[in-house]
Amino acid sequence: MTMRSEDSVLDHYQAMELAVSALLIDKGYFSAADMEAEIDAMAKRTPDIGAAVVAQAWTDPDFKARLLADGTAACESIGLDMGPTRLMVVESTETVHNVIVCTLCSCFPRMLMGIPPDWYKSVNYRSRVVREPRMVLKEFGTEPSADVEVRVHDNTADMRYLVLPRRPASTDGMSREELAKLVTRDSMIGVKIVEAP
Amino acid sequence: MARFVPGDNVTVRRAFPPGHVRTPYYIRGKSGHIAQVLDSFANPEELAFGRDGLPKRPLYRVRFAQSRVWSDYSGSAGDTIDVELYEHWLESEENT
Repeated sequence: MTMRSEDSVLDHYQAMELAVSALLIDKGYFSAADMEAEIDAMAKRTPDIGAAVVAQAWTDPDFKARLLADGTAACESIGLDMGPTRLMVVESTETVHNVIVCTLCSCFPRMLMGIPPDWYKSVNYRSRVVREPRMVLKEFGTEPSADVEVRVHDNTADMRYLVLPRRPASTDGMSREELAKLVTRDSMIGVKIVEAP
Repeated sequence: MARFVPGDNVTVRRAFPPGHVRTPYYIRGKSGHIAQVLDSFANPEELAFGRDGLPKRPLYRVRFAQSRVWSDYSGSAGDTIDVELYEHWLESEENT
């Protein structure tokens, strides 16, 4: 069960979450143990999963083509559990820089990156990145040139988005494992680029 | 099955129904083009109230020029935003 804090008063949504989870458990939709197991499983997911997908796409043109055509099927083909996620992978190139957001809530490709960072869920990021993306990117130290198209993807509905960042120059000799270590969560959200080592 | 194909110019309905709506306010009334036909999904506006959401609704990635979404957009002229929108929120641009 969710822990009840002794130190603070529950707000409306915290009280609602406790009530709804208690009801679902009482009515037998799932058990408290199921819920804990699911929370544990999500806590174990990290951006390392997404980084491995990116490194494979960088080194395997056939996989990359399948990933861009059907992200869910491509990830399942290398043994990843995608759960209910329908994945859309968007490739950043010399001419397009992609960045993802969910303006309505906090939709995020959790199966590949785990829990989103707090800033991703903030009203500041969600409201500004759709309206002034270049200013937000600049705050992350990312400055696409003026002739690059900055393309924002608002995760409003059923697909979840992952950015396939550009592979840095001068990484030709690196193994897939070495490449994966360069790929950060923020680069798969699109607020940063992948830096050469 | 899907009414629109990639490249079609569309305008998002400027409507404000109550309930669980996945069409952001900022994009209502704006015009763009179909970038991709995704698939058909149960209607979230119905699912949110415990109904089955059927028939499934075609979902699109619709691409908008930022300069047409925000009158004071300060980025580059070529910048875009993609939003996922259900077919019942879209109208052919010439009909608006």
